[in-house]
Amino acid sequence: MTNPKGRFGIHGGQYIPETLMNAVLELEEAYNHYKKDPEFNRELTELLNEYAGRPSRLYYAEKMTKDLGGAKIYLKREDLNHTGAHKINNVLGQALLAKKMGKTRLIAETGAGQHGVATATAAALMGMECVVFMGEEDTIRQALNVYRMRLLGAEVIPVKTGTATLKDAVSEAMREWTSRIADTHYCLGSVMGPHPFPTIVRDFQAVISKEIKEQILQKEGRLPDAVIACVGGGSNAIGSFYHFIEDPVVRLIGCEAAGRGIDTFETAATINTGRVGIFHGMKSYFCQDQYGQIAPVYSISAGLDYPGVGPEHAYLHDIGRAEYVPVTDDEAVNAFEYLARTEGIIPAIESAHAVAHAMKIAPAMDPDKIMVITISGRGDKDCAAIARYRGEDLHE
Amino acid sequence: MSNIRKAFENGKAFIPFITCGDPDLETTAAAVKAAVENGADIIELGIPFSDPTAEGPVIQSANLRALSGGITTDQIFAFVKELRRDVKVPMVFMTYANVVFSYGAERFISTCKDLEIDGLILPDLPFEEKEEFHPLCKRYGVELVSLIAPTSGNRIAMIAKEAEGFLYIVSSLGVTGMRSEIKTDLASIVQVVRENTSIPCAIGFGISTPEQAKKMADISDGAIVGSAIIKLLEKHGKDAPKYIGAFVKSMKDAIR
Repeated sequence: MTNPKGRFGIHGGQYIPETLMNAVLELEEAYNHYKKDPEFNRELTELLNEYAGRPSRLYYAEKMTKDLGGAKIYLKREDLNHTGAHKINNVLGQALLAKKMGKTRLIAETGAGQHGVATATAAALMGMECVVFMGEEDTIRQALNVYRMRLLGAEVIPVKTGTATLKDAVSEAMREWTSRIADTHYCLGSVMGPHPFPTIVRDFQAVISKEIKEQILQKEGRLPDAVIACVGGGSNAIGSFYHFIEDPVVRLIGCEAAGRGIDTFETAATINTGRVGIFHGMKSYFCQDQYGQIAPVYSISAGLDYPGVGPEHAYLHDIGRAEYVPVTDDEAVNAFEYLARTEGIIPAIESAHAVAHAMKIAPAMDPDKIMVITISGRGDKDCAAIARYRGEDLHE
Repeated sequence: MSNIRKAFENGKAFIPFITCGDPDLETTAAAVKAAVENGADIIELGIPFSDPTAEGPVIQSANLRALSGGITTDQIFAFVKELRRDVKVPMVFMTYANVVFSYGAERFISTCKDLEIDGLILPDLPFEEKEEFHPLCKRYGVELVSLIAPTSGNRIAMIAKEAEGFLYIVSSLGVTGMRSEIKTDLASIVQVVRENTSIPCAIGFGISTPEQAKKMADISDGAIVGSAIIKLLEKHGKDAPKYIGAFVKSMKDAIR
């Protein structure tokens, strides 16, 4: 769905400093070459299967289905991947591509730390240097992931500017890339930033919906009625949606982090509360004030705490192909606890936003309807923060 | 001949950058006037942006200081209207694409014309995306300044051929900020520029001393200085304009 200039409707584009233009053009050229290269694809498939543990399971959540008393619920278990989230799908693809391009160093931004951990992992595996930028606020919220990255040999740089969260980590990674391009690939973690990143990351994450489609056809003999995923930048959601976009019978639902509610300023629900703007290399929806200053956003989830959304989601929203709904901190925490108790699965707090929305709509759906929820990551990293949210004095 | 181009007729041009509203607009006005009295040929006025991804720590902080003082695009427009009574040299706005887009591109650019703002520098608007604003800039006679970077290579000719106002040559990789040494082979970049356009080119990023300014102006048509001036504002606050005046004089004298 990408046109040659990297546009999704009016969204997307390449709004970056001239210093980076040849780097993204070189990346685009390399990607267009290697995506058709059988050897590249063979190596990537082997990494995904043998190293990351794909395909991930499509699990029938029978207890949850019975408890909610509506649609039949399947969970796409991206939490079972190596490193505990969907992020590894994209990182293995980009790291392999970077290596083919002769790069020896990966830099990345991270919010919750999952993308940073995945990048540090791929760098360790492929013998590359790795530097991860993480908002200082997030290094505190996700201290365990900071340690994991260091354990894997990466350098973690806490970013103190702005709101010291994901958006500032992206800005700092972009600044770092402008200062060192020759040996460095910016391994962007979501379907955002300048073209070709939204396309590359989507293609590497599309394995999720490719598998869902095969698995559900095998199990149920038909397509699901709804696919639900959480949306920050939107990589697990676009990965979950992609192979269903041309199947209009499948409802595609993205769950945005509403924080304390979309009627408050403490929210990160970009499509629900933002306006079209230009930032971090792309035209898309952004939370911003009337003068275009990017708004400080808030969510309990460090991974969804971002003021923008990928341009393809902005487009799917504009044409009405996907719905984007807000889910509050409270609802997500309830769903986090619910899935743990009901299915024995502790989801990432990001993924819990998708579970929360499913809990709202499943009971009203007929039992012959089928819904797939992508569990984008596992929730071990969030346990301490959720305990504190519930008033327990637990620190890592 | 455009006003910007005329500003390069008086020997090598010195172009200081000042962030509007850092620490307040009164100081900005005094700083601009001090710069002009001491030989500045063009003034680059920064409209602050919350997340200036092309800036180093010094200008990032200036943006945040100005924004935390509550400055808005409308206040800056009103301020420039006043400033224009005293300041006759060309002025250009430096800001980020979202500030223009969000204000409404036509409303922003037509206001520039009303304010006699001569040009617009948007570091996150490369050649490939200039259609976003260029047709409006053309309509209202505001020159959209293009940038060339050390990594531009085979893009230099393409950018230079369509350039207007002046060409902003980025001296080094990375973000704005002072550098002890500039290693890029700028002479060969300038040579390709000269082969493709007759408009002037000035070098910016990393220049903080008269010696550096002279070296850069010797191989181009002028020098652009931002962080070194912002440092003076950071250090002296409301007292900064007199230091800025002296600094601009030393820079202009060096390149004259």
